[in-house]
Amino acid sequence: MDILDVARWQFGITTVYHFLFVPLTIGLTLLVAVMESFWLRTAKPEWLRLTKFFGKLLLINFALGLVTGIVQEFQFGMNWSDYSRFVGDIFGAPLAVEALLAFFLESTFLGLWIFGWDRLPRKLHASCMWLVHLGTLASAWFILAANSWMQHPVGYEYNPDTGRAELTDFWAVMTNKVQLVTFPHVVASAYMTSAAFILGISAWLYARKRFEQDREMYRMGIRMGASVALVAGLAVAITGDIQGKIMTDVQPMKMAAAEALYETDSDGCAPFSLFTIGTPDGKSEKWSLTVPCVLSFLAEGDTDASVEGINDLREQYQQEYGQDPGAAYYSPGDFTPYIPVTYWSFRFMIGLGFLVAGGAALVLWLTRKGRAPTARWFGPAVISLPVIAVLANSFGWIFTEMGRQPWAVFGLMTTAHGVSPGVSDLEAWISVIVLTLLYAVLAVIEVGLLVKYVKKGADPFTEPPDPTLRGGDEDQDRPMAFAY
Amino acid sequence: MELTTVWFTLIAVLWIGYFTLEGFDFGVGMLLPVLARDDRERRMMINTIGPHWDGNEVWVLTAGGATFAAFPEWYATLFSGFYLPLLLILVALIVRNLAFEYRHQRPEPSWKARWDLAIIIGSFLPALLWGVAFANIVRGVPIDETKDFTGNLFTLLNPFGLLGGVVTLLLFLTHGAMFIALKTDGDIRHRARALSVQLGLGAALAAVVFLLWTQIDTGNVGSAIFFVLAALALVGGIVMARAGREGWGFIGTFAAIALAVAGLFVALFPDVMPSTTDSAFSLTTTNAAATHYTLKVMTVVAAIFTPIVLGYQAWTYWVFRKRISVHHIPEAELENAGR
Repeated sequence: MDILDVARWQFGITTVYHFLFVPLTIGLTLLVAVMESFWLRTAKPEWLRLTKFFGKLLLINFALGLVTGIVQEFQFGMNWSDYSRFVGDIFGAPLAVEALLAFFLESTFLGLWIFGWDRLPRKLHASCMWLVHLGTLASAWFILAANSWMQHPVGYEYNPDTGRAELTDFWAVMTNKVQLVTFPHVVASAYMTSAAFILGISAWLYARKRFEQDREMYRMGIRMGASVALVAGLAVAITGDIQGKIMTDVQPMKMAAAEALYETDSDGCAPFSLFTIGTPDGKSEKWSLTVPCVLSFLAEGDTDASVEGINDLREQYQQEYGQDPGAAYYSPGDFTPYIPVTYWSFRFMIGLGFLVAGGAALVLWLTRKGRAPTARWFGPAVISLPVIAVLANSFGWIFTEMGRQPWAVFGLMTTAHGVSPGVSDLEAWISVIVLTLLYAVLAVIEVGLLVKYVKKGADPFTEPPDPTLRGGDEDQDRPMAFAY
Repeated sequence: MELTTVWFTLIAVLWIGYFTLEGFDFGVGMLLPVLARDDRERRMMINTIGPHWDGNEVWVLTAGGATFAAFPEWYATLFSGFYLPLLLILVALIVRNLAFEYRHQRPEPSWKARWDLAIIIGSFLPALLWGVAFANIVRGVPIDETKDFTGNLFTLLNPFGLLGGVVTLLLFLTHGAMFIALKTDGDIRHRARALSVQLGLGAALAAVVFLLWTQIDTGNVGSAIFFVLAALALVGGIVMARAGREGWGFIGTFAAIALAVAGLFVALFPDVMPSTTDSAFSLTTTNAAATHYTLKVMTVVAAIFTPIVLGYQAWTYWVFRKRISVHHIPEAELENAGR
């Protein structure tokens, strides 16, 4: 492996790992804020218990999302310095704005929420979590704007004097058509994942004999989780469908690669492949099982539309990009992603996503009108839903990033041209090994903590101190409501 | 003023925010085995920075993002060039942050001891390495005509760089002791204050040598003024702490760090990363900068949101302004952990 491969593996490992936690942070901040607001509105102790229970799981998860996010911001410069030089004028701004608008908001108000139970009036305390959620949305917005620009560069001009892409229209970058559909897709899948998290854990605790007296409360968690997961799941499907059509438009190769469609179907009615076996190098098809016309519909919204195949697109790309003598940031080449990865990740993303939404619908059915599911498989089966949702998210990113290859910025710079020229093989190896080992250890610790607290169930209800009713001196001496 | 100068100044402000704020929580972390006598006191120390460390750390993320956006060449050269020190800082920050969140999640002493170690080392490494990095930025490093760093880890470990690391280390230790003296009550408060004076004298000695060296090497009139003010602030802070005025003591170290960092940036200007290979290859505020348009957009965003951020971050310090003493730390932490 050369430094390019090492740097790519590091980026892949750290990014997929980071994104295990991100959707849970985005969605759980919303759902915990909703629970706390329900408590304020209804005064039902169950809502407060659920708030604190899932709030705690949120914090365990948030910590890892945060620390792995720091690596993300640093490694563009560390491993991809030529990429950073080339895109910095455009790509840096959303990152800086994300830190200023989102990270400060999230970290400050999360700190207030954690330690503020006995310091802040109740409504203000709940608002803190809403603000954290707003921060996560702002964060998602700006980082996805940056990613969407890599998928479909807009609002820029290539400056041959400076040898870089330069921003000409910030608004165009913010309203990139890829961004406008990617943001709702990612946020909806974050909501689906987090709702599945609440659903799965509530169902598992619901099914345990030990927590029989808390069944009513866990049922609330089940119903809330399942409803949100189902609605969010539908939103994921709808936005994903629109995304597919835009992708066909701006990155036709990615759509063809998703389908392992080698030859253009010029008479229309391109088939959707359920199962394709290709040659190991992913360059041609050996056998496949297909449903007619479905791909045409997915890609173009019309069962009769023609969908371009990999081989034709490769030729087109080679014509367009392969013979440009002035091209500094790409070389003539194949311009085709690695098909087995795109093909299977696309299928796993969709299949697992539907499994979660379907599971949520099934749970809603099983618990309709006060019904209580008693089957032994109920708890263990439902708690697998968040894991499936997390995997679906990972496959989504693997698909969208691997499907853009060999490009780092589509049509402008290949990944190979973005790598840091000054970083030695040894340095790159050290960092990928250190980070991978560290992340593995942290994963074990994190899962251990989650399991421990899930097994323990929600703490019993205790009325939190209300600082608006603050008394005299003895109040000042009471222990903190929360302490590390 | 040129927008590139505005952004150079803003990045200096972000680093000042980072070092003055996370500086004391690094200090608190490193002093954990020195000041605390038992687990209760350790928890008390950690809880003084509990609501703040995360917000403090965002300053460095914003500094990194702002450098990427405003001076992409600087970001690219610096981050790829200082590869291994930055990796160490990343690992340190990762284990340290997790330690704050995870330490209290299990009651076993071995679990806590391990996370305590993570806090101590995770605070020590960045406190030292940021100083090494900054000293090297100001002094200059080998950079070739393609703007790439051509040295290695050992290039950075020169006497001047190491002295810079010792200075930030001692300053942050002093700053942390001042913070503990300011934020706690009981016996530890007095121990922290006494320690802040001792550490402060060491920090002052190292800082004066380092700042003089910097001044002679790369200084100008502006940096001299800042360095003198920084030294005065530090001495004033130590005198105040000795006199039992913890608030003024903390303000003293706060101002000393801010002024010293400001002075380093003044000494650096208009370079952002001088090249020791050939001054023609130096990165400057102009040849490393983003386009005027990008800087304009960023200026608008920063002008609107920086005051808001400062406002609500200051507010959290107000909300948690109370001193913490041992009896504020809940005993049955495991039961309380869910709150």
